[in-house]
Amino acid sequence: MKAYLTRRYKFSASHRLHSAHFSEEQNQATYGKCNNPHGHGHNYKVEVTVSGRPDRDTGMVCNLADLDDFVDRVIMPKFELSNLNELEAFRNIVPTTENLSRELFHLFHDGFELAQVEKIRIEETMMNSFEYAGERELERR
Amino acid sequence: MVYLTRRAEFSASHFYHNPKLSPEENQRIFGKCNNPQGHGHNYTLEVTVAGEVDERSGFVMDLKLLKDIMNREVIEGMDHRHLNKEVPEFRDKLPTTENLAIAIWDRLAGKLRGAKLHRVRVYETDDLFVDVYGEA
Repeated sequence: MKAYLTRRYKFSASHRLHSAHFSEEQNQATYGKCNNPHGHGHNYKVEVTVSGRPDRDTGMVCNLADLDDFVDRVIMPKFELSNLNELEAFRNIVPTTENLSRELFHLFHDGFELAQVEKIRIEETMMNSFEYAGERELERR
Repeated sequence: MVYLTRRAEFSASHFYHNPKLSPEENQRIFGKCNNPQGHGHNYTLEVTVAGEVDERSGFVMDLKLLKDIMNREVIEGMDHRHLNKEVPEFRDKLPTTENLAIAIWDRLAGKLRGAKLHRVRVYETDDLFVDVYGEA
């Protein structure tokens, strides 16, 4: 039977929401406090979901140690205690958590080859969260 | 369609060891989880059932009935048990969270009168959980 394994990670980063497509007034009106030029930070909680049939010998969709290792090598050095606006990925797009979800999905999807990467879910705060599963609708909740 | 989720907790111990593999392979793949003395978790089980709301009762399914089925089929046989040694599904299968979720799905499928089993979610820790939907 196919199983979906979700592992939760966290990192802290700062960002400022400001779009080059908007005037100063539009930026202020759109992003409010998040437009503060000095930026602000969040403790992001990131859930990555991978899927597959558990391996006959290990009982696992993928070895958690491999997933943790990928996060330690590829994800954390880039994001932990970073300013998202400084990252190449956000040079031309606003580092909203919507866009962060897409960026993380692509990093996992293109970089982690030991299981099917299904979905990224990010909690920016306890009060909001974002999910991205590539350009398809979420079929399962 | 309305989805209803009931949560339950159970505590159990387990360890990961595949006798077909060498001791070194077991250690390399399973790390600390290979300790033959086992270790334990407080598992959280979430069972989601789907159905139309009954016009008379307003229920998808009687929660008390769902709770009783979860207790009878899953919790009684797994709470405060050693999964490797006392739970039949794991006599010849590793009690990973993946296999645990599948075993619980198989125990519950067909036992829910009226409603359809939609999802079984098993949390091993706050930072790790597995979902199954009964897909082949």
